[in-house]
Amino acid sequence: MKSSGDFRTEELLIDAIAGLIADARHAAIGASSPIPAAAALLARERGGGRPCVSLLGSRRHSFFTDGRELFDCAGQGRIDVFFLSGGQIDGQANINLVATGDYARPTVRFPGSFGSAYLYYIVPKVILFRLEHTRRTLVEKVDFISAPGTSPENIYRPGGPIALITNRCLFAFDRGHRRFRLMSVHPAQTQAEVTDNTGFDFDRPEQVPQTPAPCPETLQLLRTVIAPQLAEVYPQFAAEVFGA
Amino acid sequence: MIARSLEESLAPITDGCVLAVPREQSGAAMAATRALIRRGVKRLHLVTLPTSSLQADLLIGAGCIEMLETSAVSLGEFGPAPRFTAAVTAGAIRVKDATCPALHAAFQAAEKGVPFMPLRGLIGSDVLKYRDDWKVIGNPFGDDDPIVLLPAIKPDVALFHAALADREGNVWIGRVRELAMMAHAAAKTVVTVEKIQHKNLFDDPWLAAGAVGGFYIEHVALAPKGAWPLALDDHYPADTAHLSEYASMARTENGFASYLERHVYAQRAA
Repeated sequence: MKSSGDFRTEELLIDAIAGLIADARHAAIGASSPIPAAAALLARERGGGRPCVSLLGSRRHSFFTDGRELFDCAGQGRIDVFFLSGGQIDGQANINLVATGDYARPTVRFPGSFGSAYLYYIVPKVILFRLEHTRRTLVEKVDFISAPGTSPENIYRPGGPIALITNRCLFAFDRGHRRFRLMSVHPAQTQAEVTDNTGFDFDRPEQVPQTPAPCPETLQLLRTVIAPQLAEVYPQFAAEVFGA
Repeated sequence: MIARSLEESLAPITDGCVLAVPREQSGAAMAATRALIRRGVKRLHLVTLPTSSLQADLLIGAGCIEMLETSAVSLGEFGPAPRFTAAVTAGAIRVKDATCPALHAAFQAAEKGVPFMPLRGLIGSDVLKYRDDWKVIGNPFGDDDPIVLLPAIKPDVALFHAALADREGNVWIGRVRELAMMAHAAAKTVVTVEKIQHKNLFDDPWLAAGAVGGFYIEHVALAPKGAWPLALDDHYPADTAHLSEYASMARTENGFASYLERHVYAQRAA
């Protein structure tokens, strides 16, 4: 991915996500999520062991001894942070992991909803993560709701989205107003580019800050301490991004 | 209990049966899957606990599947599952889209011998909207608290691969405890293993803690490297070169047919 200055975009995103989850007790990471995984491991390293990190697919960084345990653990309220993505994500934070077009005869079929139709409701802080920030992925309305961004008052819903991070910017999600708000734009990106490539309306402050660049200490930590931990589950990513 | 051959062990998996298989990381019986394709099994209702990768994609591509109940099918870092994607967009198979904990809960209901299990989440999703077999009720212990009920999933056969069994047909599953739930939920369970030892697993308390009693298991068959080209955790890694070759060949129907010829119908892959 395109680099800015002395760091890679992946490192910027990892640092930004780590900042969002620093106060969590327990962050769980699902399948195919190297950047969230690195962010959780970074937050743990900075926090001296907190948050606890459960990394799906890891022997070393997971205490689960049953495929069910992630979901039951979340149901018990013991997981504070989870990450989800979507083939499509819309302006109300609905996510689509199933298909575009007609469900019965889809135009494009995605793998499926995984645990989203449960975890999105249950885990207090869900961070949406989609590298590709285009009008193809960030749409006005998803074609299929794997899990809704918000629910009516009478639906049991301790959890939901708090943020959406892409390769262009960071949005926060306001559950009350059911809208995204632009929080920061990554270096080498502009607000205009964000607007042009987003298929939904969103709020923005008068001054939109730039996503802070990772400091040298963070980069050092990522490349020397986090990279080898990450390599257990994501060897290709660790090799490509950190040369681990 | 111990089958004389892999083929013999698979006899309970008949055309049209409901077959349950675990996710890739939990021990997919791939040698058995290739044997089923060679036998030409048809009209399977495949239930994945809760996801699948190459195993479902192969069975779909080979025309063995009529209905698929799953939370996701993908080749992970090797990309989308090409035969699954092609079959769904062509309308060639029926899919019951689920979510991971719903499948776990439905197997748990069968394990407990109860007709259904409640689950949080789901309400307001299109996953629920397209599931006529799931119901929403008011929590009978609450006030205006809707909750989803999932009917028990009781498969005809559960099929998985594990590291070790003994002569009595007890199977060691280690930390992959959902395999015990699968075996408890299914009417019959078929297991392929890397190794069969003489010493009874239940004689060793360390091994017994990770064992499933042979009482639940119809057949055990020896199949060394039986998860290949997928990994068997703590034993061997995935054959990434092969998986990458599969992902590229399976992109077209012809490429997939060549793959089957080379790696499935040719006995050496068994």
